[in-house]
Amino acid sequence: MIGKLDGKIPPGPLEQKWRNHKNNSRLVAPNNRRKFEIIVVGSGLAGGSAAATLGELGYRVKCFCYQDSARRAHSIAAQGGINAAKNYQNDGDSVFRLFYDTIKGGDFRSREANVYRLAEVSNLIIDQCVEQGVPFAREYSGLLANRSFGGAQVSRTFYARGQTGQQLLLGAYQALCRQIMSGTVEMFPQTEMLDLVIVEGHAKGIITRDLCTGEIRRFAADAVVLATGGYGNVFFLSTNARGCNVTATYRAYKRGALFGNPCFTQIHPTCIPVTNPHQSKLTLMSESLRNDGRVWVPKRKEDSPKPPKTIPEPDRDYYLERKYPSFGNLAPRDIASRAAKEVCDEGRGVGPGGRGVYLDFADAIARLGEDTIRERYGNLFDIYEKITAENAYKVPMRIYPAVHYTMGGLWVDYNLMSNVPGLHVIGEANFADHGANRLGASALMQGLADGYFVLPYTLPNYLAGQIGKRPSIDHPEFKRVEAEVCARVKRLLDVNGNRTLTSFHRELGLLLWDKCGMARNAAGLREALGKIPELREEFWKDVRVPGEGETYNQSLERAGRIADFLEFAELMCTDALERDESCGGHFREEHQTPDGEAQRDDERFAAVFAWEFQGNGRVERPKLHREPLHFEAVHLTPRSYK
Amino acid sequence: MNFKLRIWRQASAESKGKLVAYEARDISPETSFLEMLDIVNDQLTERGENPIAFDSDCREGICGTCSLTINGQAHGPQHPAAVCQIYMRRFRDRETITIEPFRAKPFPLVRDLVVDRSSLDRIVQAGGFIGARAGSAPEANSIPVPKHNADLAMEAAACIGCGACAAACPNASAMLFTAAKVSHLAFLPQGAPERTLRVLKMVQQMDAEGFGNCTNTYECEAVCPAEISASFIAKLNREYGVARFRVSSGE
Repeated sequence: MIGKLDGKIPPGPLEQKWRNHKNNSRLVAPNNRRKFEIIVVGSGLAGGSAAATLGELGYRVKCFCYQDSARRAHSIAAQGGINAAKNYQNDGDSVFRLFYDTIKGGDFRSREANVYRLAEVSNLIIDQCVEQGVPFAREYSGLLANRSFGGAQVSRTFYARGQTGQQLLLGAYQALCRQIMSGTVEMFPQTEMLDLVIVEGHAKGIITRDLCTGEIRRFAADAVVLATGGYGNVFFLSTNARGCNVTATYRAYKRGALFGNPCFTQIHPTCIPVTNPHQSKLTLMSESLRNDGRVWVPKRKEDSPKPPKTIPEPDRDYYLERKYPSFGNLAPRDIASRAAKEVCDEGRGVGPGGRGVYLDFADAIARLGEDTIRERYGNLFDIYEKITAENAYKVPMRIYPAVHYTMGGLWVDYNLMSNVPGLHVIGEANFADHGANRLGASALMQGLADGYFVLPYTLPNYLAGQIGKRPSIDHPEFKRVEAEVCARVKRLLDVNGNRTLTSFHRELGLLLWDKCGMARNAAGLREALGKIPELREEFWKDVRVPGEGETYNQSLERAGRIADFLEFAELMCTDALERDESCGGHFREEHQTPDGEAQRDDERFAAVFAWEFQGNGRVERPKLHREPLHFEAVHLTPRSYK
Repeated sequence: MNFKLRIWRQASAESKGKLVAYEARDISPETSFLEMLDIVNDQLTERGENPIAFDSDCREGICGTCSLTINGQAHGPQHPAAVCQIYMRRFRDRETITIEPFRAKPFPLVRDLVVDRSSLDRIVQAGGFIGARAGSAPEANSIPVPKHNADLAMEAAACIGCGACAAACPNASAMLFTAAKVSHLAFLPQGAPERTLRVLKMVQQMDAEGFGNCTNTYECEAVCPAEISASFIAKLNREYGVARFRVSSGE
């Protein structure tokens, strides 16, 4: 039984909590560290940095990723940058301001103490990455450059061209490589975690499948760290990589870990619109483009089909600048996305299908020259041209919102440990820091904060009491879970029906995009909750998974992931229905202000919703646990960017 | 659009492979090359045949997972681009397209179009890093880096690790890959302390993996999706020469 949820927030004033917590945390002596085996699943910014740092400290680490190299984790695709409260621009930034912007950006649905800690360690991350050789953009003085990003009025974002995620990940990957060479980390690429093993109430191992040979294996450890990213691919079309999935966190949820705020998903405003019915993924255009690009649509819907340059200035509606004069085109993501949907719903959208808005650089090019724009965003303009065959220096880009990030994830306490002792969750996979909406350049910050500077301090709080408690992989529980995994793989292959995996995944994605996407309402969510179980039932009757289990089988990999999405989608819609308010990216149409903004209900919903799986293998309504959110340092205000 | 495809099929590293003919019909020009293969795979699945195994993940040209040789060119006809960034409008209607894996001895075949590129990881593991322990880094702005050097480091660091350079090279050389990593770290003051051993160990590992030598054919530069300049190979050679000299002179 799970009692009252305890976030284990340390006592004391906000700015002293983390320091006090570190001072009071337990330690593991260097000679004892090598007695501990730690499993880290995922090798992105969070997993890669955690595995490298724990290895450096002397723990024995096993790191797993589904990709063929740790360097290919999806963190690599992050473009824009990473925030830190360095105040190098002397423009009034501080740890408190970064904290405040992040918690306000999250629409007051995240924990004060976690967010403050994140802002506090942000500066260490920049120091660490520079020392690792991350080639951040610099000024002629040789000092680090910054740019501004959505939801902030200071320039605190560090960047490496439009490839910041790539460079930060390579930094973490290289640190990981160093540990692999020195033998503290053993790397298992192309190995997918298919289940969590809990022995006597503690997470003590995982079951994996070798994606090359199909071999199912058991791994025991003293603690398990999940750094497996987000679940945006439940929508089928998203900016996530094709392989991104919910399986690791969902399997942990089915073994008893609580899932926090699953309905909090981020729809990013600046993606390239959908162009063809067979499209397999969407591509992001970094939010940094909104620093210099102006977003507009025609004022009259009759003008929508016309070429943009024939629409004169007075007939254009720069709707973000009009609605949010103080932030303008830099309004936060949830707000900018909804505004785009609104103008397209009014019939004023542009491009094929009318689902697009212009992001226009003409003014910036006139002001700064094409060369400056090329230097700032050249690679993004190139990506755009590759996909659309249009030159954005000459014609405005067309953009539309797309699923990008998921704020929800497994529930963790201040130590980043879930309610299952020993199971730690870091990066996008946990629910902790971004509330109902994430600000730009904060995901990289959180992933690296967790891996380099938080988990290495908090993990010993669990480990210190665990010397000699690692079970053998011959423990009956390992055998039992392994047998279940094998049975599930066999069941997927045995259905041998008529429908392809793509058709199921696409149908699920369209349903969610429609009913649980940028705008949600009770009737639509109930409809989705009726349809998802039907689709799931059909999947298990009629899906066709070709090939065998004992070989390299990409269809089988996908099948397992889609099967989990088909269950997870229900949890997401359940959460969205239960949260009968609008906040951040969760926009319930029933709850909006007269001018169409999200209307929070702090009285009833200033809380984390953490869901507990119910039932023995069957999917029943999960049980809700609420963790109330207390705010001491910030005042809950309507979130205005006007 | 319609296409005739000749695709390399091979069940495993041990079995014999061959080119098999397929057809892709009613493909919209806006379909990406990999989406075209997705469509073919769904049709194969519906017919009860095994789909074609091929690698991809981010599908936006940054993760370096995709690795196809199209009509003899690593990553296909459009440069600079990874194969996931190529759209069918690049091809002629009714064209015959031959699709093979990246071929190089240090990239053993896994299945069909999928190869094992862990040899590249081992080159980085041999020394392609800076030993910076979390917690011991100095203040980030305490060491200014001239913008020119930072920009050069970034140009080299942009490598996506796909291995096209080695697949395109007649000698299966991974010099461009190794040069990019060595140069990235050598241009930065933070990389200086380990500079000598880094280049020696990485080159030694590169040779041990079975990659060949550079004979200046520039095929690598031509196919590189990240536009890594072959001039970094000259930089690698200089770094290597200086390092050898320093070691032999007992420094």
